Amino acid sequence: MSKKRKLARGVAIVGAGMSKFGMFRDKNSKDLFADAFQEMVASVGKGLDIDEIDAMYLGNFSNDFFVNQSHWGPIISDLVGIAPKPATRTEGACASSALAFREGVFAIASGFYDVVLVGGVEEMSKRTTEEVAQGLALATVPYEGRAGFTFPGVFGALATAYFSKYGATREDLMNITIKSHNNAPLNPKAQFPLTIRDIMKKKIESLKKRGEEVPGWGNEKDFLRDSRVNPAVAWPMHLFDCCPISDGASCMLLVSEGIAENFTDDPIYVAGIGQGSGRGLHACDDLTYFEATRYAAQEAYGMSGLAPKDIQFAEVHDCFSIAELIHIEDLGFFKPGEGYRAVAEGRTRLDGSIPINTSGGLKCKGHPVGATGISQLYEVWTQLKGRAGKRQVPKKDLHIGAAHNLGGTGGTCTMTILERR
Amino acid sequence: MGQRPFSDISYERFLAEEKIMGSRCRKCDAVFVPPRPICIHCHGSEMEWVEVKGEGRLSAFTCIAVGPPFMIAQGYNRKNPYVSGVVELEEGVRVDARIEGVDPNRPDEIKVGMPMKAMFLRREDGEESITYLAFKPR
Repeated sequence: MSKKRKLARGVAIVGAGMSKFGMFRDKNSKDLFADAFQEMVASVGKGLDIDEIDAMYLGNFSNDFFVNQSHWGPIISDLVGIAPKPATRTEGACASSALAFREGVFAIASGFYDVVLVGGVEEMSKRTTEEVAQGLALATVPYEGRAGFTFPGVFGALATAYFSKYGATREDLMNITIKSHNNAPLNPKAQFPLTIRDIMKKKIESLKKRGEEVPGWGNEKDFLRDSRVNPAVAWPMHLFDCCPISDGASCMLLVSEGIAENFTDDPIYVAGIGQGSGRGLHACDDLTYFEATRYAAQEAYGMSGLAPKDIQFAEVHDCFSIAELIHIEDLGFFKPGEGYRAVAEGRTRLDGSIPINTSGGLKCKGHPVGATGISQLYEVWTQLKGRAGKRQVPKKDLHIGAAHNLGGTGGTCTMTILERR
Repeated sequence: MGQRPFSDISYERFLAEEKIMGSRCRKCDAVFVPPRPICIHCHGSEMEWVEVKGEGRLSAFTCIAVGPPFMIAQGYNRKNPYVSGVVELEEGVRVDARIEGVDPNRPDEIKVGMPMKAMFLRREDGEESITYLAFKPR
């Protein structure tokens, strides 16, 4: 059991920004970060003097591999005009910017800094799909790679363990994919703003145009069952169980609680943060949960004094459909083995009891790995501010949301709880 | 045998000799495969080598259609997938391994819980020969 932890002083988010996510031939990491930064500056209600920023923490997994350029801290701090103030890069695979957020929180809580920029960036689409797969596989555990496991392969294996223990099937995972695709068209920054039904109709139109036979898909699941349009990548993970290759950037401005109202009338506060580390498939106690997520959740709930029932909505790391299912159980929203039934009942939909991945999730919003952690917090912040437009969670008094980020094959997991007071 | 360090390199070298070797903590008897130099249960660092039998059950598996470069080089692709899995050995430890002797195109016939037995796959890579741990149904 982890100790009950607290910050030495409170931390608030007073601004946030995010680039559009997608595959951009004509934009590099600096261009994307500039987009996120400018939106963040404009979002600070009472205005921001950029010279007030004391330091920056930036999450980036592997631009070293993806674009042959390392050492992104000073490149970005120079871009946004805060050099020579300190810039520190954090790396935790796909959880890299959740770690940047934590470091920013700690830097303020310690009293050392008052105003900190935290962000994340990744530029993946300049590489081929095979190369990206190779790059991401740098974050597996060595023994997994040796046995031929890819990233989708590790999550495919976890799915077989879950299916075997709890009786779920591929059909249950399809419910998650369909739900995420239903949210995505409501998010103007999503990489794939299309429902499965939209994608199905497009496919039918293009087959008709080419004079080819049109399969008799009656609904979304018929479409997802058809391996011609949804081929296996690492069974039972098929194409539509997997997040895409993306470019993107995200950032937030953190300040000490005492000065938050100098920046905005409506600060969002950090209620709880947690982080855990995992051991890889071979050393897990059980292949149907992530020990690191459970640890992170325990830390975050412990610090906040909140329980899973208090979380009104959450962004959850869905690099693969099975990951969302396991995590909604690990975070305590549903009991182990019951998550897939809750998903089937619609409880995680935008209008459900606990909406999950209102942004469309990594699956549809996109997953530029180093930018993902703070992009999840950006969605929580946007919802808590009531600025989510058509995807606004339809609950009265929305005031507590959470984000969960996973790196590698469960090696680094975080949970962050935000609150509007 | 006691001379070899409790390391990944030693584990690989033992595999080349067709042995699955782990370390056992002298203080608390915990067994680790691959070997660890430091016990994660009692934090002791007095280890001894232990050979495991190579029999167990399939804990999880996946049939991989899009593999890493070294698997593609071995001829695996969308039309010729392969299986990777996790096997729980009778000694109570789990290992990641290739799974042979099952049909990667018929995943519904592969069952978690299937009894498995170790085998060793030797691949020549230029001058070098690499041995991969694999399991097949028993």
